[in-house]
Amino acid sequence: MNMTQTRPAADAIAKDGRGKFPKHKLEELRGRGYVMFCVLLLIVIIFSIVYFIASRGLTPFASQGVSVGEMLGGLKWAPEADTPRFGALPFLFGSFATSLLAAIIAAPLGICAAIFMTEMMPKVGKNILQPAIELLAGVPSVVYGFVGLSVIVPFLRDIFPGQGVGILAGGIVLSVMILPTITTVATDALRSLPAGLKEGSYALGATRWQTISRLVIPTTLPSLMTGVVLGIARAFGEALAVQMVIGNAPHIPHSLTQSAATLTSIITLSMGNTTSGSLHNNALWSLALILLIMTFLFVFVVRMLERRVKHA
Amino acid sequence: MKKSLLVLTTLALSISLAACGKNNNSNNADAGASSGASSSAPASAAVSGAFSAAGSTALQPLVDQASKKFMDLNKDVTITVNGGGSGAGLSQVSEGTVQIGNSDVFAEEKLKDADAEKAKELVDHQVAVVSIAAVSNKDVGVDNLTKAQLVDIFTGKVTNWKDVGGKDEKIVLVNRPASSGTRATFENFALGAKSEDLPDSITEDASGTVRKLVSETPGAIGYLALSYLDDTIQALKYEGVDPTAENVASGTYPVWAYEHMYTKGEPEGAVKAFLDYMLSDEIQGTDVKDLGYIPVSDMKVTRDVEGKVTNK
Repeated sequence: MNMTQTRPAADAIAKDGRGKFPKHKLEELRGRGYVMFCVLLLIVIIFSIVYFIASRGLTPFASQGVSVGEMLGGLKWAPEADTPRFGALPFLFGSFATSLLAAIIAAPLGICAAIFMTEMMPKVGKNILQPAIELLAGVPSVVYGFVGLSVIVPFLRDIFPGQGVGILAGGIVLSVMILPTITTVATDALRSLPAGLKEGSYALGATRWQTISRLVIPTTLPSLMTGVVLGIARAFGEALAVQMVIGNAPHIPHSLTQSAATLTSIITLSMGNTTSGSLHNNALWSLALILLIMTFLFVFVVRMLERRVKHA
Repeated sequence: MKKSLLVLTTLALSISLAACGKNNNSNNADAGASSGASSSAPASAAVSGAFSAAGSTALQPLVDQASKKFMDLNKDVTITVNGGGSGAGLSQVSEGTVQIGNSDVFAEEKLKDADAEKAKELVDHQVAVVSIAAVSNKDVGVDNLTKAQLVDIFTGKVTNWKDVGGKDEKIVLVNRPASSGTRATFENFALGAKSEDLPDSITEDASGTVRKLVSETPGAIGYLALSYLDDTIQALKYEGVDPTAENVASGTYPVWAYEHMYTKGEPEGAVKAFLDYMLSDEIQGTDVKDLGYIPVSDMKVTRDVEGKVTNK
C-alpha cells in the first residue's frame, strides 16, 4: 500500500528533476523490493514444507519406538498388525528399481531424439518431434496409470509369468513420463554446443556419425547425464501412475513381473485411510521424509554434474 | 512502468487473497451464529449456513447426492463434500476443520490408544449400511466359499483353486491396503482374522481398479462393496449365502458395516437439519438404494462397536 501512496509524490519529484530521489532509483528500489518479497516468500514456503515433513516424519523415531535401522533395513511392513512392523527396505528397493529401469529405457530414446532434432533434421525435429514429446509432459499421471493398467499390464501378463504388475510395468510407464525431461535437457545441451567444434570436425573429414559419437556426445555427456538424473528424480517422486501398475505388495520381488511397491505408492495408498497423529500415519510421513532426502541427493548429483560441465 | 505494474498486480492479488480469507472467516462466524439461532427456533424453520463434510470415499457419492438435494431445498445452506479417506475424515472432524467426518469404521477403531479421548468427543450418525462380497474372476470354477476356505486363501495356505474345488489355477489375491475400512470390514466379518500382505499379492485402494484387476486377471480373487458388483466379475457366496441386500438386512449375510457421519459434539442448526435429512425417507428410500447401499431402517439386526450383533 505504501507504494501507491508514495507514487504521485515520487513522480512529481522525478518530473522536475531536482529531487534527491531520481526516478530510476525508485524503480530500482521497487524492483528489488518485489524480488526480495518473492524470494522471502519462497524460502518461507520451502522451509515450512521441509519442517512439516521432518517434524511428522521424525516422530516415530523420537517418541513412538520405531528405530531408524528397522525403517531403513527392515523387510516386513505390517503397520496395522498387533505388533506393528515398519520395514521400508522393500519400498526403497522398489523406488530405485523402477526409477533406474525407467532411466535405462528412456535415456537412449531421449538422447537419440535430441540428436535427431539438433544434428540430423532440425526442421522436422523442432516443428514436429519436439512438440510431440513435450506433449507427453502435459498428460495427467492418472491417464498414464490407466493406460498402463489397460494396455501394458495385460500385455506383460500374456508374455511373462505372473500377473503383469510389477517393476517392469512401473518402469515402462515411468519411462514415457520422464522422456520429455531427458529429451528437453539433452536438446538444450546439444544446441548450446559451439558450432565451431562440429565444423572443425567436418573440416577434418569426419563423417556425421563420427562427429556425433566421438565429439558431440563425449563433450555434452555431463549435461546429458544431468537430464537423466533429473528424469530419475522425477520418476522417484511419481506416485499415482506407478501405484496403479506395480501391485503394491510390501515385499522385495524375485522378478521384474512380480508385485512390488515404491515409497510413493505406499504413501498414496494409505495416507487418507489413517488418522493424523497415529503411528501408521507418522510412519508414512517418515517415508515422505526419506523421499525428500533422496530428492536432495539427486539435486546434489545434478550440481556435481553441472560443475563438471563448467570445468570441461 | 512495467515493474510498478507488476508490483501493483501482486499487491492487488495478495490483498484480494487476504480478503478471501477474511470472507471465509466471517462466513464461518455467520454459520456459527445462525446455527445457534436456528437451534432455538422450531425445527421447521429455514436453516442457513455453510459447512463441510470430508472422509470416506465409499460414502462420498451418497453424501454428495444428498447434499445437492438438501441445498436445493435450503437455498441459504452451502455444503462442501470432500473425500480423503476415513482416517482423514475422522482427524479433520476431531480437529474441527470440517463439521462432519465420514467414516467406514467406528471412530473407536481408528482413534485408539493416545487418541481414544478424541473418539469420545465424536457423535456417531449411522446413515447407511454397506455390504462387502468376495468376488473372483469368472474362470475359477467356484461360486461358493466357506469361512475356513477364505481364511486359507487370504493367509496364503491355499494357493490353487483346485484345493477349494475349482480349476487347476493359481490364486491371485487382490487385497486392500492394511489401513482400508473395506479391508477391516472384510477381515472382521468374513475372515474373523487379520490377513497379511503376501508376496505376489496385489494391493489397490480404489474399488474400480480392484474390479478391473479381478475381471482381467485369471484366477484373481478380491472383495468389493455390493454397489460395485457387475457382470464382468463373479460374486462368491459366503457359506452358501448370496451377498444381497435382503440377506444383509435379515442378518443371514454377515459381511457388512455401517457408514458413519461423525460430528464433534451434538450437531446443531444446519448440520443437524442435514443429518436428519440424510436419515429421512426421502434419502433412505431412494438415493441410498439407488447407489447400492442398504438403508439403516431396513436392517433387522444391529451391531455395536465390538461387533456384537443383536436383533432389533
